Amino acid sequence: MADVTLRKVVKKYDDVEAVRGIDLDIADHEFVVLVGPSGCGKSTTLRMIAGLEDITDGDIMIGGDVVNDVPPKDRDIAMVFQNYALYPHMTVAENMSFGLRLKRYPKAEIKTRIDEAARMLDIVELVDRKPKQLSGGQRQRVAMGRAIVRNPKVFLFDEPLSNLDAKLRVQMRIEIKKVHQKVRTTTVYVTHDQVEAMTLADRVVVMNHGRIEQIGTPNELYHNPATKFVASFIGSPAMNFIPCRLEESGGKLHARITDRLAFPLPPKRAARYQGVSRTDKLLLGLRPEHITEASPHAEPGVENFDAVLDVTEPMGMETLIYFPIDGTQVCGRVNPNAGAQDGAPLRLAVDLNNMHLLNEVSGAVI
Amino acid sequence: MTSTVVIDKAAPTRPVKLRSMSRDRTWALRWSYFFLTLFAVFALVPPLYMVITSLKTSAEISAATNPWWVYHPTLSNYVELLTSNQFLTFFRNSALVSIFVVTITMLISVPAAFALARMRFWGSATLATGVFLTYLIPETLLFLPLFKMFVAFGDLTGIQLINKWYVLLVIYPTLTVPFCTWIMIGYFASIPKELDEAAIIDGASWFQTLTRIFIPVALPGLIAATIFAFTVSWAQFLYPLVFTTSTDQLVLPVGIVTTLIKGDVFAWGQIMTGALLGAAPPLIIYAFLMDYYIAGLTAGATKG
Repeated sequence: MADVTLRKVVKKYDDVEAVRGIDLDIADHEFVVLVGPSGCGKSTTLRMIAGLEDITDGDIMIGGDVVNDVPPKDRDIAMVFQNYALYPHMTVAENMSFGLRLKRYPKAEIKTRIDEAARMLDIVELVDRKPKQLSGGQRQRVAMGRAIVRNPKVFLFDEPLSNLDAKLRVQMRIEIKKVHQKVRTTTVYVTHDQVEAMTLADRVVVMNHGRIEQIGTPNELYHNPATKFVASFIGSPAMNFIPCRLEESGGKLHARITDRLAFPLPPKRAARYQGVSRTDKLLLGLRPEHITEASPHAEPGVENFDAVLDVTEPMGMETLIYFPIDGTQVCGRVNPNAGAQDGAPLRLAVDLNNMHLLNEVSGAVI
Repeated sequence: MTSTVVIDKAAPTRPVKLRSMSRDRTWALRWSYFFLTLFAVFALVPPLYMVITSLKTSAEISAATNPWWVYHPTLSNYVELLTSNQFLTFFRNSALVSIFVVTITMLISVPAAFALARMRFWGSATLATGVFLTYLIPETLLFLPLFKMFVAFGDLTGIQLINKWYVLLVIYPTLTVPFCTWIMIGYFASIPKELDEAAIIDGASWFQTLTRIFIPVALPGLIAATIFAFTVSWAQFLYPLVFTTSTDQLVLPVGIVTTLIKGDVFAWGQIMTGALLGAAPPLIIYAFLMDYYIAGLTAGATKG
């Protein structure tokens, strides 16, 4: 087991910069998820750690050793691929033991490791089968087993759950987390699914256009996003962004949205935004759960307003509502008993204690 | 506009549609059976005629009786050929040439295809196309310059290759290697890239990736290429006709023609028997390996 460090890592394909100088420190035993839209460079980064891609510039260190020119087999890593990449002509046991057999481990040792991994992954009865006799979830387990038996310094996962159906994906997600709790191997996991990133990671690395947008624990990213990209990428439904300006009225700072709609900011927030220019074009960032039905008791920082709903989506435990504010579609979450109906007016409350203010031009969270 | 929609949705049209579909299918089947039968007749009548003729004596062949019927069946043609040293030599030469050529071809074309399909090196794509282009040059164009080359080689080194059966081991691969390489490139290219990446991470060298992953996974392709190489070297006529002349160096197709046709006398019974016996080995090989052609060994490599 080991820590992984990336220093100013760059990857260029001809003239295209896929990865534009990444710095990342992954601690021993840590589970780090790289997340971002397709083409953001997350897979390339993982493949560079694996040694499947050369790095154009920078350094990659595994366990303190620079591995820039070390071939994959000598980096002591194991990788799980999106399409499993099981050897079709070998049984499950042979698939799992292939790497150990190449390294000429004693037979007894190989058997012990396979048994142990098979038990951990609940595939004991499948070890003599061929991959084509297995279901998608079982193949994914075997692919993980192949990584576990190697007992490597680092696990690398490249979108391992993308080929599974939604239900199985949730199940395998839990499975991966359980395995990591048992073996504690340093893990780098790539996904485009922010839910997967949030649920699995000790720390999440959000990437966009070959750069790291933000690194943090799932809660940090959710509650304190650094940029508009992170704010909109993490969380589902996504954060609402409503164009606004700051203005002083009646001795209080307000977020002015339209001529008729302005929200007074709670004192803590007002203090934070005092220095922001009153002419800057800003965005009011609000997560859907902070726009709810109005309650009879007034709470500090919670402001009521009226809206006419476009669409409602009953989810069971809550109802998602969509309505326009000054031409922007806004999503809120209300109690299913709040009486939200398509096309009907509803009195809503917005919790400004959890608001974000973003610069519309730079996309930075203020 | 509206009326069209109404007609489209009208219930009675549905069963009619279904029936017409099954009628289409019936006609398609009839046509395919018709052409398949035609093709089978076309392909099977000559061998049948060979079998009939091979069972006749020379006297019966030249007699003006029904050529499609054997009145006095005899195995004398078979006995004569199978006990003739000459014929057995042809057979042995053919077998040796084919086995060696298949081996040489596979030893060259499998690694070549692997390199061209997987190791990205400068000019590999052009080279792959080039390999296939060499296959397009007809042997009728090549045999004269090749002959001159072997003569020159003999003059230079004193090693005389002309009129030795093993000269064919050098010549046949010019036909088999390009095509087999081409087939194998296709098979190797269809193997998902993650499979060799997984092998590399598991610690396999390029050679181990080839022998322990690619060859087993691409076995159907390998067998197809082997059958092709075998058929080409077994049935090749022009090159052995040109490069070998002594009876003890001849391969089967040339041997039958040169020894069983004496001047203008055709030993038809023996020619047919020899041709049938010569066609047997490829037939037997096809029969045994056909299952591998069909077996989808690659299924389950990745989500499919």
